[in-house]
Amino acid sequence: MNADSTMARWVKVHPAIVRITHWINAVAILVMVASGWRIYNASPLFDFRLPAELTLGGWLGGALQWHFAAMWVLFLNGLVYLAYGFASGRFRRRLLPITVHGILADVSAALRGKLAHDDLTVYNTAQRAAYVAIIVALIVLVVSGLAIWKPVQFHWLTALMGDYEGARLVHFLAMAAVVFIALVHIVMVILVPRTFPSMITGRIRGPA
Amino acid sequence: MKPRKMGEGLVRHGSLEIQRIERRLFLRQGLSLGALALLAGCKITDDESVQSTLKSMSRWNDGVQAWLFDPKRLAPEFPASAITQPFPFNAYYGEDEIREIDPKDYSLELGGLIRERKAWTLPELYALPQASQITRHVCVEGWSAIGKWSGVPFRTFLERVGADMSAKYVGFKCADDYYTSIDMASALHPQTLLALRFGDQILPPKYGFPMKLRIPTKLGFKNPKHIRAIFVTNTYPGGYWEDQGYNWFSGS
Repeated sequence: MNADSTMARWVKVHPAIVRITHWINAVAILVMVASGWRIYNASPLFDFRLPAELTLGGWLGGALQWHFAAMWVLFLNGLVYLAYGFASGRFRRRLLPITVHGILADVSAALRGKLAHDDLTVYNTAQRAAYVAIIVALIVLVVSGLAIWKPVQFHWLTALMGDYEGARLVHFLAMAAVVFIALVHIVMVILVPRTFPSMITGRIRGPA
Repeated sequence: MKPRKMGEGLVRHGSLEIQRIERRLFLRQGLSLGALALLAGCKITDDESVQSTLKSMSRWNDGVQAWLFDPKRLAPEFPASAITQPFPFNAYYGEDEIREIDPKDYSLELGGLIRERKAWTLPELYALPQASQITRHVCVEGWSAIGKWSGVPFRTFLERVGADMSAKYVGFKCADDYYTSIDMASALHPQTLLALRFGDQILPPKYGFPMKLRIPTKLGFKNPKHIRAIFVTNTYPGGYWEDQGYNWFSGS
């Protein structure tokens, strides 16, 4: 007997370009955050330091080397992903619509442990909102990073964020948003582990 | 129809069990993957091939920054009210090791691709045309502070001594054993100064008496203090921090 016919249909949910850019992005974010935390510790913006064991680079100079190397990976990979998402209509199809009511309903269902995920081929509203939010936060992160790196060459951009110190704050907050959403994302994958292989194989068991 | 329903039930039951096992496995694998990544993180920076890749990326970023650098783009200037008080002291040594330089003994040596290589005394430097600026000093560590510096526009000085302006680098040697170098385009930028004053006073020892380079288009460590020699060259001169891994161009 064919297993596919008894269990469920396999549905293709993630094209190869999405899977490849997802994993490159995951590694790039890990390197950027770990090296960024080391850079933060050299001159903390707030009254706390980030745990040194979780940082990358060994010292400020090493962390900066990692940060300024991995930024190209994050940036170019992000461009490919965004170009594909807009051009193919995937963003419109999979990430919209997002309604406040839908988010509230999903979040309250999730907190009660009743968020349905029978059909993993469709993102629920909370999921759509989270994915859009992390995309926006990553764009803000890259743009504020550029404003910190080049406050003279792009002084208009830096001025837009309230000058150099403002851009530093924006960069930190965008990092915090990305880390938070990424952690929630990982927790959700752990809670619904069936979704994990789909980001490797591209396929998922659809509704029977 | 009946067997199929039974089968479905089995599958559903089975999938719940599988899900639980999957979750446990995933957690365990995830944890060991994380531990591995952390272990690798300690080692990865020491790896020679990683080191050389990072170094060549830094070289590539030098090129990108030279390309991005607009010789006419000015660093923002601020009103006197924006000046940071007190302005932070920063060096590769502590405040108790600040060098005291006797102005009578001081002379600025010139070398390399420069036509008139006679040394300069302090009164001669003070007699040159001066300019001042209130700009933001951005440290590689992340902090920044606004200060006021006055001194000789570096372009004026390089023109006067007949420096080869088609050369690639300008290097600096300092009385505190610090050394660094910059690209010629940044050296000729209108806001690059041989600063002799901080605020409205003669540059105090902690800010680099008698002369420091004020270059608001670069990070703080590219602003050497206590300069005692300047040379023009086509051979990459490196720098104190640059030789240890800071990005050489470090433009703002």
